[in-house]
Amino acid sequence: MYAIRVKNLTMKFGGFVAVNRISFNVKKGELFGLLGPNGAGKTTTIKMLSTLLKPTSGYAEVAGFSILTQRDEIRNSIGIVFQDPALDNKLTGRENLEFHSMMYNQSRESRKKRIKEVLELVELTSKADILVENYSGGMKRRLEIARGLIHRPKVLFLDEPTLGLDAQTRRHIWDYIKKMSEEDVTIILTTHYMEEADYLCDRVAIIDSGKIVALDTPKNLKDSLGGDVISLEIPDQNSVEFEKELRGYEWVKGISKHDGFIDLKVENADKRIPKIIFLAQRFAINVESVNLRKPSLEDVFLQFTGKTIREREMSQNETRRRMMRRRMGG
Amino acid sequence: MIEIRRILQMKLINPIAIYVMWLREMKRFVRAKSRVIGTLAMPLFFLLFLGLGFTNMSLPDMPGNISYIDFLVPGIVGMTMLFTSMFAGISVLWDREFGFLKEIMVAPVSRVSLVLGRIAGGATTSVIQGIIILLISLLMGFKIPTFSGLVLAILFMVLISISFIGLGLIFASKMTDIHGFSLIMNFVVFPLFFLSGAIFPLENLPAVIRYISYLDPLTYGVDGLRGSLTGISQFPILQNITILVGFCLLMVSLGAYFFERTEVE
Repeated sequence: MYAIRVKNLTMKFGGFVAVNRISFNVKKGELFGLLGPNGAGKTTTIKMLSTLLKPTSGYAEVAGFSILTQRDEIRNSIGIVFQDPALDNKLTGRENLEFHSMMYNQSRESRKKRIKEVLELVELTSKADILVENYSGGMKRRLEIARGLIHRPKVLFLDEPTLGLDAQTRRHIWDYIKKMSEEDVTIILTTHYMEEADYLCDRVAIIDSGKIVALDTPKNLKDSLGGDVISLEIPDQNSVEFEKELRGYEWVKGISKHDGFIDLKVENADKRIPKIIFLAQRFAINVESVNLRKPSLEDVFLQFTGKTIREREMSQNETRRRMMRRRMGG
Repeated sequence: MIEIRRILQMKLINPIAIYVMWLREMKRFVRAKSRVIGTLAMPLFFLLFLGLGFTNMSLPDMPGNISYIDFLVPGIVGMTMLFTSMFAGISVLWDREFGFLKEIMVAPVSRVSLVLGRIAGGATTSVIQGIIILLISLLMGFKIPTFSGLVLAILFMVLISISFIGLGLIFASKMTDIHGFSLIMNFVVFPLFFLSGAIFPLENLPAVIRYISYLDPLTYGVDGLRGSLTGISQFPILQNITILVGFCLLMVSLGAYFFERTEVE
């Protein structure tokens, strides 16, 4: 059984295609991740699935309801934690939760019980009665996560749940999300943090420029690279010949170059380093550092898009700025 | 049972959602003391300075030979209604700015209920503020003639308030940030106020401007307040009520219509 089914979903803003014919299914109870750089179309996808935006074309079902014709039913079955805070700062934490619970038409008894439960889940019980304007960023996020769960949604959307939080708070939020996924709820989260997707998600869809470029469990995605990654730091050097030579060896499964590094996908990498260094010297390449690691989702992203997620964000910002300038007539 | 709750929840007018929105306004109102003082300050200054300043002057053409303070108080009450109500309507913009609008918009309740709840909350707080102004004016020597007059005045307050919350909602739905707020204050709220005859009799205006002032719905609100609080009005009370109710329905429908179409970024 699927909690979410997405078929050829597309969103265009003017001439800009934010989401381009994406299709995927999310199983009931799954913790599903949409991983990609800022501007890849993750938030737009979430907004379409949560009925905040109408898609340009395509179809999707959430909790068995159509996002095109059964918007009210969907609103009743989902919870959302937005990227930016969506709390009333002039109310206390508990009042924000009560407000939400009443809007979702919970009876008085289940409201009380449920608010107590979710406050305990995110460890805010002792802070529940102070005004939200006095909360820290992490506390606000925790309160929002609690709020998203109050009405026992079938599907919970978390849009960049740890954006802008410090490392320690992020760890905490991760724990809450893990705990939450033990409740009977399907969670779909967007993130541009590789470790987050890796640590939390049962399956991950890697999304880039509005398209899904890969979809699998984090483990399978990493294994698909076929081996470990050796990064050679060789700033500002012509390495064409060197790369050509390396490609000749059957144990080199892949080569990619990005901002002054060559990444090699290699089986039994630790045994191959001496050989690689030897080859580098023969081609008069000055290797400044060598790094051997197990592949991460970052490497998977690099593999499928040819860029690291940071480079992608930078180039996308550049494109957006150019479009902006054109629109302003400058 | 659950099915019934669900049907209730989805219908156009959802009493629980209206109540929740109202309750929220009340809680915010009680906590935002500085905001209340801020919005009441201007009508109070008008009341004090105009009232005291003109109190011993005999103004020509005062309808029914009432004193200026008696003439002024209903006008200032109307002003309070206008300012607080417009502010309540436009405060959707603040919800947008602070993100809370998204939480409201994804809730499984009809937008009409959200609008009605907001209007109920805004109208309650506005009327409370109008009554505060009325109480202060009692200290300045204003006398309310009859109890029924007071009840009628409160009815006018409610009508004025609902109308201008609706107007505020229309503006708020069309604006994407709070920068247009002062524009609206300067080019909508102040002209509406000065044209309404709140601080001087409209008969004193040149004909052209006087006819423009007849297009200002607040004119009928202020006149109705004056009629109910002093017994002297330019138009019959029933005419004032009819025009205001019409304007009120129009503003609420348009406000709901535009709010329905609001996109959340």
